[in-house]
Amino acid sequence: MANNNNNGDVKLIGAWPSPFVMRPRIALNIKSVEYEFLQEQFGSKSDLLLKSNPVHKKIPVLLHNDKPICESNIIVEYIDEVWSAGPSILPSDAHDRAVARFWAAYVDEKWFPNVRGAAAASSEEAKNAAVDQLKEGMALLEGAYVEISKGKDFFGGEKIGFIDIAFGSMLAWLRALQVMLGGVKLLDEEKTPGLCKWAAKFSADPAVKDVLPETEKIIEFAKLLVAKIKAAAASS
Amino acid sequence: MATAREPEEDEEEEVKLIKTWSSPYALRAVWALKLKGIPYESIDEDLTHKSDILLHHNPVHKKVPVLLHHGRSICESLVIIEYIEETWSQNPPRLLPQDPLQRAETRFWAKFVDDKALPAIWQAFSKEGKEQEQGLSETAEHLRLLEAELKKKKKRLFFGGEEIGIVDIALGWMVNLVPLFERILGVKILDEEHHPALLKWRQRMSDVDVVKENWPPRDKLVAKWTAIRERCVGKAAANE
Repeated sequence: MANNNNNGDVKLIGAWPSPFVMRPRIALNIKSVEYEFLQEQFGSKSDLLLKSNPVHKKIPVLLHNDKPICESNIIVEYIDEVWSAGPSILPSDAHDRAVARFWAAYVDEKWFPNVRGAAAASSEEAKNAAVDQLKEGMALLEGAYVEISKGKDFFGGEKIGFIDIAFGSMLAWLRALQVMLGGVKLLDEEKTPGLCKWAAKFSADPAVKDVLPETEKIIEFAKLLVAKIKAAAASS
Repeated sequence: MATAREPEEDEEEEVKLIKTWSSPYALRAVWALKLKGIPYESIDEDLTHKSDILLHHNPVHKKVPVLLHHGRSICESLVIIEYIEETWSQNPPRLLPQDPLQRAETRFWAKFVDDKALPAIWQAFSKEGKEQEQGLSETAEHLRLLEAELKKKKKRLFFGGEEIGIVDIALGWMVNLVPLFERILGVKILDEEHHPALLKWRQRMSDVDVVKENWPPRDKLVAKWTAIRERCVGKAAANE
């Protein structure tokens, strides 16, 4: 095994389809930190996961010298702080950091729940409501992108930063959702031109391109997941 | 440690906090500012008639608290606390640890309070029947985890260690609102058998000057939350 240059022992418990898991993977790539990717089996949770994240029992979990760090955005901040010599992920200005944290929280608390809502909706009405919410969110994020990027490629400026990772990790699912919902446009050349350009640049970034799955693969996986969610709802 | 400032800086330093008299989230920001000794101007909102200044500075959520510093806005209470910590890092107490692993753990628990503990207690407070039972049992589970976390380090006075930190601030609502909820709902949420450490912590929090001196007026709080409960379970109409 190649020497990880005194980075210590780094493992990531996760799964390839999870956008939350993609976040620390991208962050570790940005910092050029090698890690062992321990993939969970779909439908079951390993003893290591349950031991490392007993509170939430969820992925991702970063294990750094066997110490667990949980919650994807918290893991990304940890990675940024520990491997501070590498390219920085959070901005250096305190206000910019607050803005970055604000939008990362927005993606998780306001935007993402509608992805789930749209994909697993039990009625046409519920699905349309979720899609409307997503579109509103996209408009807000477009505004944020224009304001924060200040004409550069990324929310983080010339290179990928915290918001790029938080939202960009959603792109594979976003593209899959557009297909699964029969061509609904969330990334829209007319309404979200900035985000369209950003999405292409983000996806092509060296730290990202091997992490973001192909849309087709997510669509296949989504079918499994939606079936699981619906089965759980039916039996509860 | 004296912080000598140029006169011009004093004017530019102006800190404002948009809040309401009762918001537990806004109270977090009040405590963080006062603990660090940062002077600020309060802008009190009436959320039934949101001001232009609030809508301008928090267009996404339109909520309090909003911190204004050098005219720029910071929203979301936990984000505000991290901003305060980073901007006035030379003012004690330290609201987050310096060690990255401990910081990650601290952030984890602060997020736990907002993602899990608060929604559960809100469900217990705002619902009836089975939904309330579920809220109460989830609350019990979350409190069990917080109790265990507090007990992990011996001689730990607060979640932040020897002094208040961000998790203590995030849990501040447990100090005044939980007894209030217990009274209104007629159920016990914290008890000596299951939560000895949390109860001692609660007492210590109440004794902190900044906390003691900044509670919203108790009678108003009782009236407000009683009215909320009545609205939630539709009793208000029956009582008229």
